[in-house]
Amino acid sequence: MKMERILFGDNQFFAVNHISDEKSMAQSIRFKEDAAIIKTLDHAMEAGIQTFMCTTHDRIANICDVIRQQPEKYKDFKIYPCMPYAHKYANAVTELGIMGTIKQYVPGNFFGSLFKGGVAFLSKDFLSIMELLIDAEMKMFKGINTPVIFLQNVVTDLLLGLGMKDILVAFHDYVKKKYNAEAGFITMNMPALLNMLEEGGVKNPIICASINKVGFRMSGGKELYEETLRTRQFRAIAMQVLAGGAVSPKEAIEYVCGLPNIESILFGASSRTNINDTVSLIHKYDQVYTTTP
Amino acid sequence: MVKVGLIGAGKMGISHLAILGAHPDAEVVGVCDTSKMVIEALEKYSPFPCFTDYKKMLQQSKPDAVVVAVPTKYHASMVKELLQMGIHVFVEKPFCLRPEEGVELIQLAKSRNLVNQVGYHNKFVGTFEEVKRLLKAGAIGDIYHFMGQAYGPVVIKPKQDTWRSNPEEGGGCLMDYASHVIDLINYLLSPVQSVQSSSLKSIFSKQVDDAVYAMMSLQNGVSGILSVNWSDETHRKMTTSVSINGTKGKIVSDANELKVYFKDAACPAGYSRGWNVKYVTDLTAPVDYYLRGEEYSAQMDHFIKAIQGKVPNEVNSFESAAKTDNAIALIRKAQQ
Ligand SMILES: NC(=O)c1ccc[n+]([C@@H]2O[C@H](COP(=O)([O-])OP(=O)(O)OC[C@H]3O[C@@H](n4cnc5c(N)ncnc54)[C@H](O)[C@@H]3O)[C@@H](O)[C@H]2O)c1
Repeated sequence: MKMERILFGDNQFFAVNHISDEKSMAQSIRFKEDAAIIKTLDHAMEAGIQTFMCTTHDRIANICDVIRQQPEKYKDFKIYPCMPYAHKYANAVTELGIMGTIKQYVPGNFFGSLFKGGVAFLSKDFLSIMELLIDAEMKMFKGINTPVIFLQNVVTDLLLGLGMKDILVAFHDYVKKKYNAEAGFITMNMPALLNMLEEGGVKNPIICASINKVGFRMSGGKELYEETLRTRQFRAIAMQVLAGGAVSPKEAIEYVCGLPNIESILFGASSRTNINDTVSLIHKYDQVYTTTP
Repeated sequence: MVKVGLIGAGKMGISHLAILGAHPDAEVVGVCDTSKMVIEALEKYSPFPCFTDYKKMLQQSKPDAVVVAVPTKYHASMVKELLQMGIHVFVEKPFCLRPEEGVELIQLAKSRNLVNQVGYHNKFVGTFEEVKRLLKAGAIGDIYHFMGQAYGPVVIKPKQDTWRSNPEEGGGCLMDYASHVIDLINYLLSPVQSVQSSSLKSIFSKQVDDAVYAMMSLQNGVSGILSVNWSDETHRKMTTSVSINGTKGKIVSDANELKVYFKDAACPAGYSRGWNVKYVTDLTAPVDYYLRGEEYSAQMDHFIKAIQGKVPNEVNSFESAAKTDNAIALIRKAQQ
């Protein structure tokens, strides 16, 4: 199944602004009420976008409720969940330690017996812990179409650095088996990740990476990224195309639309004008590059 | 190839491990943690040799260098042992619980000619590096005041039970959180010389401070204010900032955005009179492997390069981190 050309992101809703703390604060005030998020999603839908790629943030659960309540309006709407919402776990580990965090977030009584006897963990259980965590994060999307499920870059890239290929592959396999969904991987190290996934036998993976004209967060370098796009088989989603504001929208979109093998472009914006402008730019340059091969 | 070992694969250690694992000039020869669960997971899924006893790791893996990321109370004794064995050391911040402990370690590293570095990563953040450059050039004239701040959501409710809640183990906002800001002030302006008054507040914690406010003077005569609170959930993650006033202008910077105000047109190249804004994206060199900020990869790269003799062992030396330990002690003493 092909992904849509344009995907709508959620950073602007949760004060994840890579550039300015002041802007983050303004966003967090602007999107304090869920209705403001829904309204912005409406603008995106009016611009023809039907896919919302979002973190498994607590507040997304409320958005999911709204979507379920209006099946007609959202009949073609898809969510691509991105998990985990890492800050939740990072803060929990600081506060409760690793054991405490697992106790808090892994559902049910899975560990009760293991903890009681003071018995050490069995290695084979790590993948079950991962599966239970995925299930916990997926709960809020029940009844909503989620054809691609992503692993967030902090986790993808951590596993990459640690050489934990098997866990990346296990994520891929479980998401397919349990949710009949494609696995996606968000990363700041696209070429290296692709190598590892291929070594693990994952074919034609969906990889969402920072791809922009100035080489921002493109580890390994812009040239290597361009070559990887040209010569390797995978389904690329370009994110951070504006490089945090370092490139003008026009230049940014022109660059990305001109690259080979980019299936989708992910962007986020708060205002209707910015949404419409970005969408038109993508359509404009897509036309330029498809008519002049 | 530099053969590197890691002691302590907790929150910070695991991040160092991933960065080392991806570094082309580093070979991870051993990982040690006392937590069985952590070691079992690493043993099963990572390619690294794993240990639960660091002495065994040192014996068997014979690392050239070791990264120490255990709770702060163990830093001094472990680092001493490593230096005595002739091993280069990267240790997490803060350096030592007591300033006295650091003195011996500085001497030891010097006499044995070993690379020594402490994990104050802000010095590798593009915006702060630019602040340093501007100050060095005297761009904002004579400095008369500074304000160093950090806020974040570490302890936001009463229930908690880790080494961070124990004052004996290096817990508390002053040691664990404010140390970053103090170190930044030491580096950008001048080491803290005296503390006029300070207040350490417990907000949710029972045994440790959750916020630190202090008035202090630096060796170069400049005075200013420290304001740090790790129980502030209005920040999604730790936000560290400095604001510096001079006779010719003002600098306001955090890790993302640098704002500089110049009173007149005589200012450095690339700047003009009035407000100037620069983003970290424009000031940061790319890294080969990115995990959670270029600065974490860059500081580890610096450590490896210092061992290889490619860069001088200047940034974040034990000596500079010891000045921060000293300031922490002064702030504690000056409590009202
Ligand atoms: N630079 C930063 O921004 C930053 C951030 C967090 C922590 N730190 C510092 O890093 C250090 C560790 O903090 P953390 O948050 O990772 O803590 P943590 O509790 O998550 O990790 C500490 C790890 O050390 C292990 N350990 C304890 N004693 C050991 C021993 N004798 N041998 C081997 N392993 C042992 C524990 O099992 C644990 O896994 C502290 O000094 C802290 O101040 C720095």
